[in-house]
Amino acid sequence: MQQAVLQSRNIRVSKSISEDVGIPEADWESHEMPKKKDIFTVQRILESNMGRKSPLMHVLHDVQREIGFIPPWAQKLIARDLKLSFSEIHGVVSFYNFFSQRPKGRHTIQLCQGTACYVRGGKLIMNQLKRSLDVKPGETTKDGRFSLEIVRCLGCCGLAPVMTVDGDVYRKVNPERIGDILEDYR
Amino acid sequence: MTQDVKVDGEESLRHLIGECRNELRERSTRTRVLIHTGTCGIASGSKQIKNHLVSYLGNLDEGADVTVLETGCCGACHLEPMMTVIEPDGGRTLYGHLNEEGVERIAREHLAGGKPVRDLAIDEGDPFFAKQVKRVTRLLGTIDPYDIRDYLSYDGYVGLLNALKMKPLEVIEEIKASGLRGRGGAGFPTGLKWSFAADSPGPEKYVICNADEGDPGAYMDRAIIEGNPHSVIEGLMIAAYAIGAQKGYVYTRAEYPLAVNILRNAIDQARRYGLLGENILGTGFDFEIEVYLGAGAFVCGEETALIASIEGKRGNPRPKPPYPANQGLYGKPTNVNNVKTLSSVPLIMREGADWFSEVGTERSKGTMIFSLTGSVNRTGLIEVPLGITLREVVFEIGGGVPGNREFKAVQLGGPSGGCIPLEHIDTPIDYKDIESLGAIMGSGGMIVMDETSCMPDIARFFMEFTKEESCGKCTPCRSGIPQMLRILESILDGKGRREDLETLQYLGRMIKECSLCGLGQTAPNPVLSTLRHFEDEYLELIEKQKAVRKRKLRIGDSWGFG
Repeated sequence: MQQAVLQSRNIRVSKSISEDVGIPEADWESHEMPKKKDIFTVQRILESNMGRKSPLMHVLHDVQREIGFIPPWAQKLIARDLKLSFSEIHGVVSFYNFFSQRPKGRHTIQLCQGTACYVRGGKLIMNQLKRSLDVKPGETTKDGRFSLEIVRCLGCCGLAPVMTVDGDVYRKVNPERIGDILEDYR
Repeated sequence: MTQDVKVDGEESLRHLIGECRNELRERSTRTRVLIHTGTCGIASGSKQIKNHLVSYLGNLDEGADVTVLETGCCGACHLEPMMTVIEPDGGRTLYGHLNEEGVERIAREHLAGGKPVRDLAIDEGDPFFAKQVKRVTRLLGTIDPYDIRDYLSYDGYVGLLNALKMKPLEVIEEIKASGLRGRGGAGFPTGLKWSFAADSPGPEKYVICNADEGDPGAYMDRAIIEGNPHSVIEGLMIAAYAIGAQKGYVYTRAEYPLAVNILRNAIDQARRYGLLGENILGTGFDFEIEVYLGAGAFVCGEETALIASIEGKRGNPRPKPPYPANQGLYGKPTNVNNVKTLSSVPLIMREGADWFSEVGTERSKGTMIFSLTGSVNRTGLIEVPLGITLREVVFEIGGGVPGNREFKAVQLGGPSGGCIPLEHIDTPIDYKDIESLGAIMGSGGMIVMDETSCMPDIARFFMEFTKEESCGKCTPCRSGIPQMLRILESILDGKGRREDLETLQYLGRMIKECSLCGLGQTAPNPVLSTLRHFEDEYLELIEKQKAVRKRKLRIGDSWGFG
């Protein structure tokens, strides 16, 4: 009876941590539990930052670097450890462009859309990337190969337009030669 | 490398500086090759150039007695990859646009043979350098940013020494006398700003270096940190002494990984040498610095948002007053300054306020560092005396617009600034004069645009940016900017109306006057300044639409529109 009532009112009963929280932008398709190794990583990061007055940003940077993104289960762990609310942690993670709640591709493309790069053809490169990779900025290609990010100025304006892949900086990028650059990154 | 020596007083510091100077002199007896490996240099292949040079030199029969070093960028970005050859007699030759063959020729003819390769070298009187006055950027590209001894050999930390011998109030007076104004954008007199924090009750106070440099198109802060990190550290220490702080932060954006590394390394070295920590130079002054990473939020360049970010919160700005000087980080008196401002401080404390104010105008003393980019022949970082005209910068230093294109405007101040057209190109660069034209000095981003740039499109570009970066806290910015953006887009789509221009003016004024922080208060500037100087472009887009509408009404008439 209870089940029927719940179903008729479209109420879902939480089955795992992920459903507990119900955040639309995170990757919720998978209901797998996080890997033990990743949980230990987060715990280790939390411990190493314990002495700081305001550890949150450091913790988030470390998690982003070591796991590749900051999944909601990690946010929960961090909230519990730092004695902050989950919503506060999520508020910080979602505010800053640098932190991502979805796993990234094997390679990260950062396309600079700063003023100098824009004036020197940045829009063309953006369109070319969107077309050839079939991906929108902030997302990952279907095969998990590339993540496309927009950066607002890498500080190499004298070499506009600029693009980085996995930290390697490419300058004076020609929209027609993007394929050559990306070929090296499997 | 000699062992680290802990400096504990004036004598030991001067002795150490003497030692470093001797080392420099020794090094200068051999020809030195400085390969410029800032971020831009690396992107242009300078590391490969260095490797090629080193291996080529190793294989040369004649051999060459040279030292090859990596240094930061020297500002002439249009020449990347570059290297400078300094001979024992002091002669400097700058080579640009290097490639493997060029490097081999230089190795054979200049390094081994002793004769500079004239056709590959950049002339000393090159107009790019001729009108520059290199003060803050003097050592960029000359010293090794990874070696504190290099900085010391050029009288590094003498500014700090002088400051510590004075009383904090005297230091503030000196900075006030120099006329230094904040180089982050607002141009507030630095000495006065320090005095507010100094007057606030302690004992817990903080100093923060704002290295967020969010303006797209500006990268001089990055170059300074990558090329001469100790100038920033020394400046921060002097500021801390002046206001009575014991802890300092350098808030650097995460998009500058090389700068962060170099800075951390420099802080480490300074600590090992006893220049950071407890009882610095035996004066009882304690100071520690921490590098704090930003995370991709433009609004965190605003000082109160920056402070919120350091506290581990969302980067929402706070209303001022209370100003950070009274209530800042963790509620304590805090002083926030830009990298360029802090980098100027050791020079003032070493050479004096009079030296600093020798150049510049009545109200804007000193030099300013700009990043000259966009549609201009010679792009790069330039340091010029305030008061120089825009024409001199764009056409003489920058070499004008490439190809057959015509100059249209120069954009100053990033998303908070405005565009200045040809008719005002003879304006001297001065805080007041630039403001009167509807732009701001800003952080120093200077972007040249040619006839192919559509000014309403540029305005839209900036509004898109500020819309994305708005923190969302206050209504005028959060709701006002998207409205202005929507109107701009409809104009660009050909659906604009004449009234839209008035609406943009009205909205712009409202957002400027009612926003909580600098982001909202300056976001309408690009639109308002393009409306002021390029109204005809807006009208053209609207009139075309009117003509289109008229045509629709008179179906059947042949108007001959193609």
